[in-house]
Amino acid sequence: MSREQLAVQQARKSFLTGRSRPLAFRVQQLKNLLRFISERRRDISDAVKRDVGKSEHATELFETLGLEGEIKLAIDRMAEWAAPRPVEKTLVTLSDEVYIQPEPLGVVLIIGAWNYPWAVTLQPLVGAIAAGNAAVIKPSEVSSHSSQVMENLLPQYLDKDLYPVVAGGVLETQELLKQRFDHIFYTGSSTVGKLVMEAAADHLTPVTLELGGKSPCYIDNNCDLTVACRRITWGKFVNCGQTCIAPDYILCEPSIQSRVVGEIKKSIKEFYTDNPKTFADYGRIINQQHYKRIMTLMEGSTVAVGGDSDESQCYIAPTVLKDVKVESKVMKEEIFGPLLPIVTVSGVDEAIQFINGREKPLVVYVFSHNSKLIKRVIAETSSGAFLANDCLVHFTVSSLPFGGVGNSGMGCYHGQHGFDQLSHMRSCLIKRLNMEGVNSMRYPPHTAKKLSWARFLLLKQVNVSRLHRGATLAMLVALAVLVVKRFLRSG
Amino acid sequence: METQSQAVVDKLRAAFRSGVTLPEQFRRSQLTQLMSMIKDNEEQILEALHKDLAKPKFEAVLSEVDIVINDLHYALANLKSWMQPEYVSKNLATKFDDCFVRREPLGVVLIIGAWNYPLHLVLLPMIGAIAAGNCVVLKPSEVSPATDRVVAELVPKYLSQECYAVVSGGAEETKALLRNRFDHIFYTGSQSVARSILQTAAVHLTPVTLELGGKCPCVIYGQVDVAAAARRLIWSKFFNAGQSCVAPDYVLCSPATRDALLPAVKKSLEDFYGKEPQASPDFSRIVSDRHWTRLVELLKKTSGRIVVEGESNQKDKYIAPTVVVDVSEDDILMKEEIFGPILPILTIDSLEQGIDFINQREKPLALYVFSNESSVVNTVLENTSSGGFCSNDGILHMTLPGLPFGGVGASGWGSYHGRWGFETFTHRRAVMLRGWALERLNGLRYPPYADDRLSWLRWTASPKSSCSIL
Repeated sequence: MSREQLAVQQARKSFLTGRSRPLAFRVQQLKNLLRFISERRRDISDAVKRDVGKSEHATELFETLGLEGEIKLAIDRMAEWAAPRPVEKTLVTLSDEVYIQPEPLGVVLIIGAWNYPWAVTLQPLVGAIAAGNAAVIKPSEVSSHSSQVMENLLPQYLDKDLYPVVAGGVLETQELLKQRFDHIFYTGSSTVGKLVMEAAADHLTPVTLELGGKSPCYIDNNCDLTVACRRITWGKFVNCGQTCIAPDYILCEPSIQSRVVGEIKKSIKEFYTDNPKTFADYGRIINQQHYKRIMTLMEGSTVAVGGDSDESQCYIAPTVLKDVKVESKVMKEEIFGPLLPIVTVSGVDEAIQFINGREKPLVVYVFSHNSKLIKRVIAETSSGAFLANDCLVHFTVSSLPFGGVGNSGMGCYHGQHGFDQLSHMRSCLIKRLNMEGVNSMRYPPHTAKKLSWARFLLLKQVNVSRLHRGATLAMLVALAVLVVKRFLRSG
Repeated sequence: METQSQAVVDKLRAAFRSGVTLPEQFRRSQLTQLMSMIKDNEEQILEALHKDLAKPKFEAVLSEVDIVINDLHYALANLKSWMQPEYVSKNLATKFDDCFVRREPLGVVLIIGAWNYPLHLVLLPMIGAIAAGNCVVLKPSEVSPATDRVVAELVPKYLSQECYAVVSGGAEETKALLRNRFDHIFYTGSQSVARSILQTAAVHLTPVTLELGGKCPCVIYGQVDVAAAARRLIWSKFFNAGQSCVAPDYVLCSPATRDALLPAVKKSLEDFYGKEPQASPDFSRIVSDRHWTRLVELLKKTSGRIVVEGESNQKDKYIAPTVVVDVSEDDILMKEEIFGPILPILTIDSLEQGIDFINQREKPLALYVFSNESSVVNTVLENTSSGGFCSNDGILHMTLPGLPFGGVGASGWGSYHGRWGFETFTHRRAVMLRGWALERLNGLRYPPYADDRLSWLRWTASPKSSCSIL
């Protein structure tokens, strides 16, 4: 039996003992996870520094801050999320209990990504644990240092049978995907997302796919360009552009292009100094393969800012490309790097057309003072999320569902959405064997009279909250008496 | 064949792009038209259902016509509120921003129906799809051809032909249809077909809803009012001659309960269908020769003891309501979903044994428990998993539009009915409209990074930081 098979089997065996279900257990595991993050802060930031060159502060800001918030939220609200959710009844079920019961799915597979190796791998885990599941965690091998730290240290804090970390590359992932899971949560590229969904098809396993795409950023003439460009610069060059929700490219009118270039140049200097290469708060490209890929994307386009690079360090300067053509290399795939192309359009009409001619992205960004224009772009485009006048920050609002649509993904998480995504919402109708009189009109032999009663009682909805409990009971008793009289006594 | 279905999908996609399905008024008018379609043609519909399955009018009205009309009323009454943006709670840093979730249509969706409830299995999902603002391709089951024809004839007459299409045909036509790109595929049917649909959906990263089946167990245990339990069990089992995905497939009970149950079961059967069920207008027939043969083979090969009826007539596609006892767990009746009027009764020595038995098998679409003891009901509920759960009755849980109807594990993925149908065909888009002010507050997050900035940020971004002044 392979290592992967063993881990999954052990996780399933442990899940079947039922010990991941009690709320107290789930809370304890989440508290341990919180402790892990605070006690091992150094190990985590060292690993991230070696993986993507992120500074300690950046790691805390972009990886662990959000994670800690999610864990605390889950601990706080778990009882509420896990409680039965009552729903409206019909007349014939008035005295019954009708509710939706959230239940664990079983064993969840979480496949993480390398760009925010901690946030993107452990945040789904928070939802999985909160919902009472077991989870097999497969961190990305591309962020190898983080993967190693996770594999070595996480079992010291979490139940290692219920939440095993299985590190490895493509072969190990393929082996994992042959096993049967109750849900697969994948973060990564659309290409691999398709393979994951195909593999899941064998076992009819539902999936959540957090994928990518080219998130467009439209800058209207009518906006505060200085503030807009500052926010865009921040959103783009965080983690060297290796963020799934980074503004991928800019759309604006030719008349403001040089101002946009100028403002972004100013902001780059403000954030990363004249020499980003030596500045601690500017990162690196994850590896040679991606470095080469991004450098190739630059070919054929005009560099307006930056453009310098150093292969030995996987360093690419914050770069802006102007007058970019639609057929250029940089517009063919998700950049996932520090290149910011500007494509000029004649106005918002052309911008909307441009966006709609492409796959649905994770985010659509618009910068404008004109709320009518913003509303128009919302109404006429589709994307995982929409953010006006800033970048990335919708990620921090845990009450907003975080996910894609179409090519950018399916399903969502964060906050309660993560809990719900990794739960089964079981419909429950709890009846008793009495009040048989009311039931009788649905039994054969069928008569027209019985039919009209059945139609009325079985299918009409009642807003129970408006009815007093006493009135409800009285009505039911009267109904039962009436029906018994008509059907059980008469022939 | 391929170009035909492609032309249909292309036309619908162009209509969707034009934005015609978005306004509330349009959706409302289409839903109202759908309601007229059913009310105006109820006779014709009932006739078709009778042709396909010999469905008694009573059953057809309740389980096909009314369930759709009811859901239409529900959708029309709630459409406006479903379409409203949902404002969400924020943290301090986003206090002055607009944060809400917008419900948006997915685009062009495909609904593939099944033959056992051939009308509602295409129309109920369609209600959710229309309400959510999508264009829809319907593919009714060819195994129920009369209903297929009626749907294909009536839908274009009542609904917008630009936005909604019915495609009829068998396996080849369905394969051709599936090669097109859809924004959601809604499938009701078997697990094996579901697997190939998922493979096809993966190519385009199309999300799916799968309403599948399985063997729905029915536990009868502890203190039980046997007469009432028998009536409700028999009603839900033999409704549509057992051809319901949520029919109780088999019973688990103690030997003593079985002995008390059998006379009550026989009495209920006689009360409902008379001494000659074949002569009763209230008992359905098997949908096709193929399924009839399949069921008759099961009865021939079972090692159990047939204690009620067992008669059949091929020409009429009739199989009498049949009860089989002394069924072992590896009997042929326990190999796959029965989907017919055969009720095996298996005996258990304890409730734990029954629960283990259920848990060793795939998660079913529905799970039933009959007992006067609430502890028995709770024990089964808490120690098993299933799409839906109903105690002391059968099938009824699917008549409640507040409850999501769907499976889990091998019985399916996703759900519908009522609001859940609307949500299935909707993308929940997170929207955040930030202001231009408070750029100084934003400054906390810009490089160069510093410790003190970080602690401010922690405070403002935490979900618990709700300042009472604001």
